[in-house]
Amino acid sequence: MADNSIVAVGLVREFRKGPRAVDGIDLHVEPGEIYGFLGPNGAGKSTTVLMLTTLLPPSAGTARVGGFDVVREGPKVRAVIGAALQEAALDPLLTGRDHMRLQTMLQGLPKAERASRSQQLLERVGLEQAADRKVGGYSGGMKRRLDLALALVHRPRILFLDEPTTGLDPQSRSALWDEVARLARGEGVTVFLTTQYLEEADVLADRVGIIHHGRIVAEGSPADLKAEIGRPSIHAIPCGPGDAPRVRAFLGQFGEPLGGDHDIGVRLRAGLGLADVVRAMDAEGVVVDDVELRAPTLDDVFLAKTGRTLEGAAEEEAQRGGGREERNGDEQ
Amino acid sequence: MSALAVQVSAVAGRSLTRTMRQPAVVLPPIVFPLALMAVNAAGLKPSTLLPGFPTDSFLAFALAVPFIQGALFSTMNAGTDLARDIQTGFLNRLSLTSIRGSALLAGQLTGIVVLGVVQAVVYIVVGLLSGVEFASGAGGIAVLLVFSVLVSLGFGALGSFLALRTGSGEAIQGFFPVFFVFLFISSMNAPRDLMEVDWFRAVASANPVSYLIECVRSLIITGWDGQALALGFGIALVIAVASVLLASWALTQRLTRT
Repeated sequence: MADNSIVAVGLVREFRKGPRAVDGIDLHVEPGEIYGFLGPNGAGKSTTVLMLTTLLPPSAGTARVGGFDVVREGPKVRAVIGAALQEAALDPLLTGRDHMRLQTMLQGLPKAERASRSQQLLERVGLEQAADRKVGGYSGGMKRRLDLALALVHRPRILFLDEPTTGLDPQSRSALWDEVARLARGEGVTVFLTTQYLEEADVLADRVGIIHHGRIVAEGSPADLKAEIGRPSIHAIPCGPGDAPRVRAFLGQFGEPLGGDHDIGVRLRAGLGLADVVRAMDAEGVVVDDVELRAPTLDDVFLAKTGRTLEGAAEEEAQRGGGREERNGDEQ
Repeated sequence: MSALAVQVSAVAGRSLTRTMRQPAVVLPPIVFPLALMAVNAAGLKPSTLLPGFPTDSFLAFALAVPFIQGALFSTMNAGTDLARDIQTGFLNRLSLTSIRGSALLAGQLTGIVVLGVVQAVVYIVVGLLSGVEFASGAGGIAVLLVFSVLVSLGFGALGSFLALRTGSGEAIQGFFPVFFVFLFISSMNAPRDLMEVDWFRAVASANPVSYLIECVRSLIITGWDGQALALGFGIALVIAVASVLLASWALTQRLTRT
């Protein structure tokens, strides 16, 4: 039986001028699983994908994709994978059908099959009407769908999608999620999906790996990861900046403080709820603009594991030398 | 068709398709050299009165220049296209298929050579329509087309090499004036033996572009000149072989896939 797994052990990628983009990660993605690789820009997601898709040799560690070693058996790996990399790289002067023709020829499909396979995939991603228009006139969502169709030309067993919905409107994003889910659930394709959207990982992924500074800091199903954090948090917005210290001190008696940027939050101690906090507020005369109870999210998991929110971490990565993920081949 | 041939034809087809869909890329290599030739032919016609000038038609003398100038445009177009593929990630897309590096380069260069031949045919037709008689006859025209293939290949591969090394379309365009200097310090406007300024004659004699021009020129105004043909074809062959080898090496450096 074909091996559709992805296994990495101690995978490292160092660039000449900068810190380790990927710093010793271990992965085990099961056949037919949708694995969400979640992290801010610059965390090492795309560099990992480039290594797993054979486009960038690792500095250390090993990885096997589809049962083949990514360093020693590159062509065999490429034969069993499909990939839609960051920023759909399409030729604006070619039509959708031109792209399909080029891809079917380069992937070695028999001549008799090329046109029918192209048509089938264009219909599948809803581009049959736009197939003969130049890609330069496509919307972002159409480009992403064509990118997906191109990745599927040779019926890959494993699919890598690098931030497939970045910049898409909600409708396009939802359509792409449906298609990815259909591939995994209906056809048994293993999907390795990088994303910086919590919702995407939450909705789509069977398991999530959270990457920060090139290291996996948490891994598990979204439900398990949130259960690990376990307790809800309470968040209050003070009436004014002068009230913040008092509100912070008051809430501190109910749990551990959280590092939110826009409000004051605490992770509630076991057994406490919103009612306990509100009653105490009334009793002590603490007035706030708003107070709410939040169930744990993947952002809470990220915060618990890294001490930063996903948004805050993205800014930190940018200051630390972000855009590292964009480097490919120039600074090895 | 073998897998390699399918891959080469796929990449060449894409190269031709995208070029033909950009009139701004197709027309300048044809129009600009012809316009420069027309201006020179009108302004420098009295040069033909110089004792020892090889022809009484400056147009016939100048017709050789567009062949080389057009090839220089090919350098820029080939390089800019490939650099764009690197910058946009299209090269990564191709790298993820089963394409061989040799097919990628051969396909890209095939597209450039086809365009180079189309340019050469236009120059020849314009020359014939303008009354230029090819001293070497129909056979010479055929040899001229073969020479155009070789020159387009050499300059196209040079552009590809620069693109693969720099990965920047802007850098390729920065090189363009440098290549043009080689054209202007060659024998494009005067036979070398009639150049009276010693340093210019020495520079033109050391400049390989002079021999490329003189090869074409010999087929148009002299007939079958073995020495000019040998020098022209020899230099074009050296440029082509060296550029293709350099581009192949640069491709292996650029494609870091395992």
